[in-house]
Order: sequence, then structure tokens, then C-alpha cells
Amino acid sequence: MSEAVLHDDHHDHKPTGIGRWLFSTNHKDIGTMYLVFALIMFFVGGAMSMVIRAELFQPGMQYVDPQFYNSMVTVHALVMIFGALMPAGVGLANWMIPMMIGAPDMALPRMNNMSFWILPFAATLLISTFFMQGGAPAGGWTMYPPLILQLGDGLPYLVFAVHFLGVSSIMGAINIIATVFNMRAPGMTFMRLPLFVWTWIITAFLLIASMPVLAGAVTMLLTDKYFGTAFFDAAGGGDPLMFQHIFWFFGHPEVYILVLPAFGVISQIIPTFSRKPLFGYTSMVYATASIAFLSFFVWAHHMFTVGMPLTGELFFMYATMSIAVPTGVKIFNWMATMWKGSMTFETPMLFAIGVLFMFSIGGFSGLMMGITPVDFQYHDTYFIVAHFHYVIVPGIIFGLMGGIYFWLPKWTGNMYDEKLGKLHFWCSTISVNILFFPMHFIGLAGMPRRIPDYNVQFADWNVIISLGGVAFGLSQLILVWVVIKCVRGGEKAGDQVWEGAHGLEWTLPSPPPFHTFTTPPEVTDATAHS
Amino acid sequence: MENNATKTAKKLGLVAIAMFGFGYLMVPIYNVFCEYTGINGKTGQIAQSQVSVDDVDPNRLVTVEFDTNVNPALPWKFRAVQFKQEVRPGEIAEALFIVENESDKSVVGQAIPSVAPEQASLFFNKTECFCFINQVLAPGEKKEMIVRFVVDSDLPEKISTMTLSYTFFKALSENDVVSNVKHETTKKNNG
Repeated sequence: MSEAVLHDDHHDHKPTGIGRWLFSTNHKDIGTMYLVFALIMFFVGGAMSMVIRAELFQPGMQYVDPQFYNSMVTVHALVMIFGALMPAGVGLANWMIPMMIGAPDMALPRMNNMSFWILPFAATLLISTFFMQGGAPAGGWTMYPPLILQLGDGLPYLVFAVHFLGVSSIMGAINIIATVFNMRAPGMTFMRLPLFVWTWIITAFLLIASMPVLAGAVTMLLTDKYFGTAFFDAAGGGDPLMFQHIFWFFGHPEVYILVLPAFGVISQIIPTFSRKPLFGYTSMVYATASIAFLSFFVWAHHMFTVGMPLTGELFFMYATMSIAVPTGVKIFNWMATMWKGSMTFETPMLFAIGVLFMFSIGGFSGLMMGITPVDFQYHDTYFIVAHFHYVIVPGIIFGLMGGIYFWLPKWTGNMYDEKLGKLHFWCSTISVNILFFPMHFIGLAGMPRRIPDYNVQFADWNVIISLGGVAFGLSQLILVWVVIKCVRGGEKAGDQVWEGAHGLEWTLPSPPPFHTFTTPPEVTDATAHS
Repeated sequence: MENNATKTAKKLGLVAIAMFGFGYLMVPIYNVFCEYTGINGKTGQIAQSQVSVDDVDPNRLVTVEFDTNVNPALPWKFRAVQFKQEVRPGEIAEALFIVENESDKSVVGQAIPSVAPEQASLFFNKTECFCFINQVLAPGEKKEMIVRFVVDSDLPEKISTMTLSYTFFKALSENDVVSNVKHETTKKNNG
């Protein structure tokens, strides 16, 4: 091993200047760019949510007009999903997958460069709509026609932004599968892959199968508006309801595209800090695959109230319930991994345990809404807003942040400030619950989503929610501070970094040289997954 | 190694393209599914020969109400001659509608039918309808249009009233229509 490392060090020539980043084909640099881009978009989307929370702080109209408010809601969602969450997941995959499977780089490094550099342009297209006639998209991120077709000049920009974001993530997905299928080190069999790699293989297949369907749906919107087709226009025999079916055929797998990489991250973290191998590795792989497979048969649970026949509603209700089974397998496996482990609670572990608790809250409210008859009460209220923010923020985002703390010492060679990390975790956890938990109450009481004004009966909770929102936003500045501080220096991290860590990435020095595993390592049971 | 990776990538690229196609394939699937199951108020179409007189239920009468709408983009007036009609299930019935072009241009319209309640749409079949084809109206032209339909005698007992609703939409751009009409006029002159 050490021989290989010395060999690498010798050839550790990095390109310099801006060209290093613009023309990069290095998985580590591209991974870094993805993560930085995601962090910037996280704050852009976060700023929009602050506008929303400012407007909702009090009943009545305060700061923005309803059209702009709706734009904020719509673009906040699009920026967070396509700009922050997905690139953050791909960034972690870029950094870690080659190092975890013992490959020198991604299989298609030039395509990797292209997948990343499409993103800033796509994001610019999307955000530029704010300065156009008719404003930014305001019909909700789900882009339902006919409402979204009333958008002015921004519509083609929205459609092409979605196209570009889709192309970028499809190329990223193809690259990940090509890498894992062809470039594993000798002895790295599929059932020895770290679970993070497994969740990413499955995510990549979901991306390849569902993103093109979204691309098709938005293309139909575009041709309906400008080229006289009538896919969703009753005037030409089309049907606006069909858009919802096509959209959610993409939209539900998309949910798992976002969450599975975060599941993968905590499947790495929990065994490390429990100092035990992951409980039920094989069942984890199969559970992840079943979640992905089932996700293609539950789409209509997003549209229980459109007037489906009873048999359809029953089918989608039971299919939705069945997803709780493999998800439960995962949750129980994580708990069983911690059972009787010698646990320590460093920041990554805190985030992972936070995911376990709070993702489950979101999971349970999801089950509630999966029950067709009661969904009629919850539909389009703040209850659904509470549900998906619980799975996304303290579920997915906490998982990804846990991953950042977990691997940051490996990436930079320096330990992050543990005290600040813990401060970040506790500030985020307390504020995120103040922010999202009361949304359950006002949702059950009937406060509708996507409306800038509300009945005064909801005023008290909305004050608390807005305060929680500001606190959560400010807490994220601690993360930026920790990352900058860690990049600039700190206590040196060893190769192993964490006492209980297993896997190929921990056999490399911290920070890893620019090129790693140019000679593939031999993988045995001892060096395989944790 | 490099070649294998490119091969995998190409295969996956084809899958992505196929899934893009699948998105479009969902459109015909959706329509066939809705027609087959009668979801969405899509009504059936049968040939006159398929109607058998034996099925007529002489002891039962069902009220069919007619509802007419015009999309704002179409400068037409559209109304039913009778607002409702009592029919015997299994028997062919007729309803008349009147449509008038109020503009000074030829316009093509297309009527889109829908039946409520949804469960009734499975049992509502048309043998002839102005909604099967585009309707062209010359400037100021007034026209009577017919629909012949059969309410299936298997219609569930609990349904005693159903509504047949039509909405007329503008079908083509005016330029297209004008040239079509001119073409027809020339043909007539020649004949």
C-alpha cells in the first residue's frame, strides 16, 4: 500500500489556475465543485424561503405581492431539489465512489466535467426568469398545466433549465454505473461494495429511468404553448390531468433519488461510530432495491383527490403502504447496528442519529397521507409541507451534512472543529423542529399551502415557524464557518481519521493525493465494507 | 477497461432515450386506458349495427341532460334544442344542437364530449356525433347538428339521470381554415 502511495505522490502534478477547475477531469476536483455549487444553491434557495417566512410572519400582505410570493415558493423548490440536493449527492459520489471501489478516477472523466459545468448554466437560465416579462415560474414546482402555461417569457427558460439539469444528472448517473460496473479493484465484488456505493448504483438507475420522462413532460408543455400541440389542452382533445400522471411517474422515483444517497451516507457513518459492522448488509441492499422498484408504482398517491376510481385509489394506497416495509427494514438495521456497539457521538454520528429520528417522523406522516380517505383532509395543506420538509431537511440534508463532517478530514487532511460541528448540529436540530413541527398543527387545522395570506387563527404558529426558519438559516452559517476553518488548517488527520472506519478510502493518506489507486489495491474480506 | 466503460455508457444512454420515448408513449396508453375503463367521462363510440333492439328495457326511463359550453377563443354560439330528454335504455335516441358562427371569418371548431356521473360514461355510446369530426362554419353560418346515442341497458339501477356535456373549442388557426374553404369552393365550382 505505502509503495503505491509513494508512487502516487511522485506524480502528484496538479494543473494550476482557473484551468484546473474549468477543464478538470479529476473526480476529486469535480466532486469539490459539485459540493460548493450545491452549498451556494442551498443558500440561494434558503434566501427565497426567508422571503416566504417573512411574508407569512403575520397574516395579511406585508412585503411581496402574491405573484412574487408564488414565484418564491416555486423557485425555492426547484433550486433546492435540482440545484442543492441532487448536486450535493453527486458531489459526494464523485469524491467517494472511486476511492471506495479502488478506481483511479470515474470511468468517463470528460463527461464528468460536462455534467458539472452544465449546472451553473442551467441554474442561470432558471434564475434569469425573475427578470423577464411575466416573471419567474409561479405555478408550483410540479408545473401543472394549464396554470404553468400562463407563465410569460419565462416558460421556455424553465423548460430548458429542466432539460439541462436532467441531462446533467443523467450523464452523472451513467458515469457512476459505468465506473462501478467496470472499474472495481480486484476482489471488490458487488456484495463487498460499501453501502454508499450500492445506494448510488440504485439511485443512478432511478435517474436514468425517470429523468427522461420529466424531460418528455416539460417538452410537451413547451410544444403545447408554442407549437400548437394539445397534450394537456382539452381544446385539442388532450387532458391536463395526464400531465400529473406523467409528472409523478418521474416525481415519485425522484423522491428516492434524493433520499437514497443520504441513506447510503448514514449506512457508512453508523457502523463507524458504533464500532460494529453494518447489521444485515445483504438485506440493506435488497431493501434499497425494493424501495427503488416500488417507487415506480405509487405515483398516483400524489393525486388522490383528482377523482380517481376507487379501485385505483385502493391500488395506490396499498402500493404506498408496502414501501414502508423495506424502509422499515433499513431503519431497524441501523438501530440493530447501534445495538450493544461501543458508540461515540462525534458530529457525523449526531447527524446520522438525527436522520433516524426525524426522517422517521416524516416517514410516518407520509404513511398517514398514504391512507386515501384521510388524505382528502391533508391534501395541499401545511401538513404535506411539514411531511416533505421533515424527510428532506432533517432527513436528506442532515444525512448529506453528516457525510460532509465524516469525510471532510479525509478531503482536507485537517480535523474540523468538533465543538463548532456539535454546535451546528444542535442549533440545526432545535431550530428545524421549531420550523417544521408546528406546520403539522396548522395543516391539520386547514391552512392551505402556496397562499401568501392566511386566517388569523394560524397567526401564532406562523410567528413561531418563521422564527424557527430564521434560526435554522443562521445555523447553517456555522457549517460554512466550520468548512472554511477546516480547509485552512487545524489538527492533522491521520489516514484512518475515525477509529472504527473501514473501507478503501481510509487506507489513503489525508488529504489523498491528486491521483489515487493508479495501481488497483487487492480487496479481501478484511479491507472490504464496514 | 476504457472500452467496457464506454460500452456500458452507450447502453445506458439508449435506456435514457427509450425512457424519453416512454414518456410520450404514456399519452396513447392514457387515452386507451381511459376509454376502456370509462374514466374521465370519456364516452364510447359504437356502430349502428352493434345496437340490438332486444336489449331495450321498456319499463325504464333515464333522463339525459344536455349541457353546452363554448371556449372563449371560439366566436360561436352553441345550444341544445332540448335541454333534457327521457330515453329508454337500449334504444337509439337523437338530440339536436344549434351552432352559429358570430364572426365574419370561417372558423373550425371541435366539440369535446364528457359524461357525468363518471360511472355512467361506460354505458353511454354514440353511433353518430358532430363531435367525431371538425366542424367548419362560414361567416355568420347557422347549423343544426345531430348526435345519435344509446344508453346501455346494463346501466346501474341507481343512475336515473346523466348529463352529456359538450365544449366547443377552436380547432385550427384562421389562416388554415380560409385556405381550406377556398380549396373546397374551387372544387365546387369545377364540379
